[in-house]
Amino acid sequence: MSHEVVLQADVAGVHGTAHHEEHHHKQSFITKYVFSQDHKIIGKQFLITGIIWAILGGFMSVLFRLQLGFPDTTFPWLETVLGKWGKGGHIAQEAYYSLTTIHGTVMVFFVLTGGLSGTFANFLIPLQIGARDMASPLMNMLSYWFFLLASVVLLSSFFLETGPFSGGWTAYPPLSALGQASDGSKQGMDMWLTALVFFVVSQLLGGLNYISTVLNMRTKGMSMTRMPLSVWGVFLQAVLGVLSFPVLFAGFILLIFDRHFGTSFYLSDIFVAGQILPHEGGNAILYQHLFWFLGHPEVYIVILPAMGLVSEVMSTNARKPIFGYSAMVMSMFAIVILAFLVWAHHMFVTGLNPFLGSVFVLLTLLIAVPSAIKVFNWLTTLWRGNIRFTTGMLFAIGFVSLFISGGLTGIYLGNSAIDIHIHDTYFVIAHFHLVMGVAAFFGMFCGVYHWFPKMFGRFMNSTLGNIHFWVTLIGAYLIFWPMHYEGFAGMPRRYYDYSGWESFKQFISLNKFISIVVIITFTGQFLFVFNFFYSIFKGRKVTNKNPWQSNTLEWTTPIKPLHGNWPGEIPEVYRWPYDYGKDGVDFIPQTTPVGEDESVH
Amino acid sequence: MFITVLAIILILIVIFQIAKASEYVSVLKGEDRAFKQNNKINGALMIAFLILGLIGVFWCNHELYPKTLFPQGSSSVEGENVDKLLKITILLTGIVFFATQILLFWFSYKYQYKEEKKIHFFSHSSKLELIWTAIPTIVLAILIVYGLRSWFLFTGDAPKNAIQIEVTGHQFGWTFRYPGKDGVFGKKYFKDINATNELGLIWKDSAELSQKADPATFDDIIMGGTVYLIKDKPVRFIINSQDVIHDVGLPQFRMKMDAVPGTPTTLWFTPKYTTEEMKKRTGNPNFVYELSCDQLCGVGHWSMRAVINVVTQAEYDAFMAKQKPAYYSAFPAKDPDNIKAAAAVSDSSKPVKVASPADTTKK
Repeated sequence: MSHEVVLQADVAGVHGTAHHEEHHHKQSFITKYVFSQDHKIIGKQFLITGIIWAILGGFMSVLFRLQLGFPDTTFPWLETVLGKWGKGGHIAQEAYYSLTTIHGTVMVFFVLTGGLSGTFANFLIPLQIGARDMASPLMNMLSYWFFLLASVVLLSSFFLETGPFSGGWTAYPPLSALGQASDGSKQGMDMWLTALVFFVVSQLLGGLNYISTVLNMRTKGMSMTRMPLSVWGVFLQAVLGVLSFPVLFAGFILLIFDRHFGTSFYLSDIFVAGQILPHEGGNAILYQHLFWFLGHPEVYIVILPAMGLVSEVMSTNARKPIFGYSAMVMSMFAIVILAFLVWAHHMFVTGLNPFLGSVFVLLTLLIAVPSAIKVFNWLTTLWRGNIRFTTGMLFAIGFVSLFISGGLTGIYLGNSAIDIHIHDTYFVIAHFHLVMGVAAFFGMFCGVYHWFPKMFGRFMNSTLGNIHFWVTLIGAYLIFWPMHYEGFAGMPRRYYDYSGWESFKQFISLNKFISIVVIITFTGQFLFVFNFFYSIFKGRKVTNKNPWQSNTLEWTTPIKPLHGNWPGEIPEVYRWPYDYGKDGVDFIPQTTPVGEDESVH
Repeated sequence: MFITVLAIILILIVIFQIAKASEYVSVLKGEDRAFKQNNKINGALMIAFLILGLIGVFWCNHELYPKTLFPQGSSSVEGENVDKLLKITILLTGIVFFATQILLFWFSYKYQYKEEKKIHFFSHSSKLELIWTAIPTIVLAILIVYGLRSWFLFTGDAPKNAIQIEVTGHQFGWTFRYPGKDGVFGKKYFKDINATNELGLIWKDSAELSQKADPATFDDIIMGGTVYLIKDKPVRFIINSQDVIHDVGLPQFRMKMDAVPGTPTTLWFTPKYTTEEMKKRTGNPNFVYELSCDQLCGVGHWSMRAVINVVTQAEYDAFMAKQKPAYYSAFPAKDPDNIKAAAAVSDSSKPVKVASPADTTKK
């Protein structure tokens, strides 16, 4: 392997010493990599499960985009692959709705919640606050296994005769409550609910752990105001999750009761499939309140960790302190509090009391203020910096761009009078895919490329990473930017075919264009997947403990930290993590005591 | 298909090999040099992306703006507020969008890595932070004030002279009910729904459901698929659903409201142009106002369509005069025409016009 020699020439020495440390305690493969209680391994488990889910979820979108882009073309291979779902070379209606539903569920919950915060909360919290592990490693392990269990249950629903759930990721009853109303609402919905209930359990186990670890297990000198923003991000998302997931859980339990035990929490006055149902007195809108009480914080659960990771990576690679650290933390706090007070902006057209609606307009638009502060602070962080375009940094910049583009359209949707017109149109699709879909993915990519050396002791290939970045950024804009115009035409989301509509059929060629870009962008993601798995085994080895010249604690651990993270004492912290370029010094790690002649920031 | 997949895999392999080779090259010629080179390329790409992106934004607008509803304007008087508000919002957010995106990519380009460069250690500035907390707050306050004024108009009471139409959604179609001559909607109950009584109007006494026939139902007119509105006359929809949540989406009128089983909702607006006028205004001879279902309601969601025909008062009166209450089609024996006809024992040429419950949807 001459290539290997070229790449790893200077690694030989380090390799030898690394071996010595591994004699600590012998662990079997099972306890080390499968039922591991080491937060780093659990983080990687979340990440790899998340990547697999992202590929599946992305592939689902390719399938339904085939239908949207090419409603008149037949793809015989679809029937070969999907059977009755691809009858005659077309995605069947039932399949189309199942695919969109499961795509949403998987991406929001399993990838961007489980995969993103699960990965980085687990991996970074103990390493960055100076702890040997989580407060409860066992709960942490259970959190992953409940997540995996949820995944397996949801995936299994694809093999049901009646198919997986097909009523949208928000699962509004009565559609989700009545098997007569839709095939997907039969056993598929039971499995969907079971999966989501396990998922909530996983989130609570994980979230409580993150919170108690951050509050109680910080090393000496690591005050809350010295924590990296990445820790703040995952900490605050855990707070959001712990306070809001139980409400969703309650909503699900009532739904399960309505489905199977004859209650009428959400059901009233229903005549469906030629049948008069006995339910009276329930209110379908109640579910929406319960759902969005989690559902809206959920988007911040997704975006807060991404914001934290991006802030950290941006400061490191601009070689400049993050601008307005306390404003960053305060704005995250403001987002957490406001996140609980805006849920009904998803419900402006449900017949909501107009006065109540106006309160939610006010609070919703208020949440734009902390978001704006964050954007301005990132821009100022870049200003007069010395920017290194590592792949992580590229994704951090891309994140800010997408967050601006998607965030600004939130101002349209949050203003109820405009929302009436563009509610449930492609405008909404464009808005949330940019701001919490692709942007959160960018935060995740940013984190993976940046911390990969810490995770696996090797680098990912940066050329491949750069190509991946540009393909994804351009692809994301080409896919979602034109959708705003479809929304301005009132084109409803979740339609199987638009060709029968005089008002919307002018977009058929645009839909084709979008679908083609989706396929290319999806394919481009394999550059990442391949790079990721290849680099775990064959990537260039890390030879320096601190490859990015970063200040935070994780880079003071050995290149491949063992369970327990630091071989000796846990280092003490003397300063905030953003002393880059201070007094002309490129970077000053948090473990460096404050010098006497040093200026105070 | 197979060949496409193969081609894609080949392309990915080529990219991968190039990337791999570049890594060797960087190791061989010195990582520092390779890093600087790579940094320059990405810096240039940042500015290229910005410029091409801005061109793309304008080009996209040029191509797609005519396909939106902006050029034809709102077809309802109230909806004009939406367009006005949208324009203000587009203007304000547009300024922020261009300013921030230009700064982002331009800073990335301008402050890219240079050896020996000293960064500006700038960790906070209360003045700056105050400014960019205050500005968004003021801008948002303007939008909130404008927005809420329209919101309270839309959700407020309909004018007294509004015609009332009940809209009922079901999988997968729409049924419309007019109150008939008495101007009152007769009572209905979902347990009365059957094949001849699709809305469950209380036509008969029923001991089982302990209800008495409501005479106000006898003259209610039911139509499926198409609803008739009058130009310049406010209309108030009373919206119901029989099964799952649907949504009355009226893009040309800028209105929307959910149809929730068990909880009636309302929505009102004033149509500005007749369908015929819209055909001329849009230059599209096939133009129709469409009512789309905007809330996922099952596999046929995408086909849940109704047509709205906006006509002049005279056309409307002529049309309504021809309509027969649904009661008479369910109980032909009670139809005065039939009674007369039976009395005359002649003239069976007039077919009984029945509001057909059939969907307009094509499956």
